[in-house]
Amino acid sequence: MGDTLLTVTELTMRFGGLTAVNALSFNAKRGDITAVIGPNGAGKTTVFNCITGFYKPTSGSIAIAHTPGASMLLNKLPGHAIAKKGRVARTFQNIRLFGGMTVLENLLVAQHNELQAATGFGVLAILGLGKYRAAEKAAIERAKYWLAATNLIDRADDPAASLPYGAQRRLEIARAMCTDPVLLCLDEPAAGLNPRESQALNDLLLKIRADGCSLLLIEHDMGVVMKISDHIIVLDHGKKIADGTPLEIRNDIAVISAYLGEGDDDDPDAPIAETLAAAE
Amino acid sequence: MAYALQQLVNGITLGMIYGLIAVGYTMVYGIIGMINFAHGDVFMVGAFVGIIVLTALTGVTSVPMGILAALLLSAGVCALYGFSIERVAYRPLRGSFRLAPLISAIGMSILLENYVQTSQGALERAIPVAVPGGFVLMNENGFVVQLSWMQIAIVVVTLVTLGIFTYIVTKTPLGRSMRAVEQDAKMAALLGIDTNRTISYTFIIGSALAAVAGVMFLLYYGVIDFYIGFNAGIKAFTAAVLGGIGSLPGAVLGGLLIGLIEAFWSGYATVAYKDVAVYSILAIVLMFMPTGLLGRNDIEKV
Repeated sequence: MGDTLLTVTELTMRFGGLTAVNALSFNAKRGDITAVIGPNGAGKTTVFNCITGFYKPTSGSIAIAHTPGASMLLNKLPGHAIAKKGRVARTFQNIRLFGGMTVLENLLVAQHNELQAATGFGVLAILGLGKYRAAEKAAIERAKYWLAATNLIDRADDPAASLPYGAQRRLEIARAMCTDPVLLCLDEPAAGLNPRESQALNDLLLKIRADGCSLLLIEHDMGVVMKISDHIIVLDHGKKIADGTPLEIRNDIAVISAYLGEGDDDDPDAPIAETLAAAE
Repeated sequence: MAYALQQLVNGITLGMIYGLIAVGYTMVYGIIGMINFAHGDVFMVGAFVGIIVLTALTGVTSVPMGILAALLLSAGVCALYGFSIERVAYRPLRGSFRLAPLISAIGMSILLENYVQTSQGALERAIPVAVPGGFVLMNENGFVVQLSWMQIAIVVVTLVTLGIFTYIVTKTPLGRSMRAVEQDAKMAALLGIDTNRTISYTFIIGSALAAVAGVMFLLYYGVIDFYIGFNAGIKAFTAAVLGGIGSLPGAVLGGLLIGLIEAFWSGYATVAYKDVAVYSILAIVLMFMPTGLLGRNDIEKV
């Protein structure tokens, strides 16, 4: 659709002698769903961890353009500022909700900064006055919007840990959206979902895109990837081996050989060609 | 019967003070997983600020205003101490191995004790009874059960303090961010919460609570020295563990239990062995409930 939102340039991440990501460069466009796929151990999650400040990259840069032309280096921001200033949010492969807090509280924590700014050092919050009351109302409204979008509105006051698995995944996405991101990074959001939940996830992701937030997606479920992605980046052994539209990727020789192995007798882990064909 | 009632009153008063200190231990443990051994000494500093303020206010006729001034000033000064201690002794060691901040905490504790000893003198300091009298609950064959005004004041002040504290933790954005950092600091940071700042607030609040406990202790016993933090700190720490470290209601419950055990043991057995009784009960509880009375039984997921 639009211009470039995220620019990753020559990103390298080493852990001791292991190079998890090697001189990777790619772009994600504003308003796009960009998928990052690749065999296990290709370095997808490491890329995410660098973008979201979990790791400091060994070298290279990651820049985000909140408005066309403007650019901010994410790898220079301290951890908590990635969400606040960088406006990048993420979810995890293994769910990391605040299990002891209610569903609504999880969403309010994500709006901490707006709320904290309105509390006037806590005094207004204690008295429940003025600006704070308005800010809290707005925060609850936004939480409600995402609860409705993720179909969790009737569970708002339950502890997050008591939700079923699929609902916890949706709550993670809702929580990330409450930080008001321009880029949402999802690490295997469809993992462990049944086909119906997976369909609902597709709809949710498309709605998020329609609301103006771009997405970066790691996913193994080719049904999800092929159906909703605008752009796909394929990694193998920390390097980009392909980059293009779903149609281009489906027919890319390098991708197929990365997944199937290059003619040696190893059993393929994931029969990608069949999965790709089935997804059509 | 009357004797038991008197011990109950004494035990609850003492337990409230322990509970207030224990909350500080349990908060810090919850949020950064370390035992802040200097916390007992912040309590001691609180008592000393209290005595300085009350001495300076000699001649002021309104006793409640004097006490309120002592409470607020002491809480403010101790909040500053708590903030600085975290900043100087613990934050630089974050990410270091687990024992490093613990050793640093012990160092901080010794530093505070010696600093107060040098600046305030090693001798006991005493204040006259601020609020004499009370009312008689029961008179059984000449044994008078008395509930002193001071005891009532201690219970009321503690309950109000804990009430404000509970409100902050459960209802305000600050409390939510504290709980979030406690559960998953990295995730909280990803959601835009400044974890360092949240940890600072935790120390500030915990230290202010310890200061309130310190002033209460001063008013109740009337005598303090630079070493009171050690004993009270260990007791409060025990209270936090007994109630389940990391659990806020647990800390208050543990404090009350320890106060009651101490009072009843001193009343019915020997005063000399009251600490033995406290720690024996701690050991027995932990044998059967390793996470304490209200501790969460978290199974770490991998």
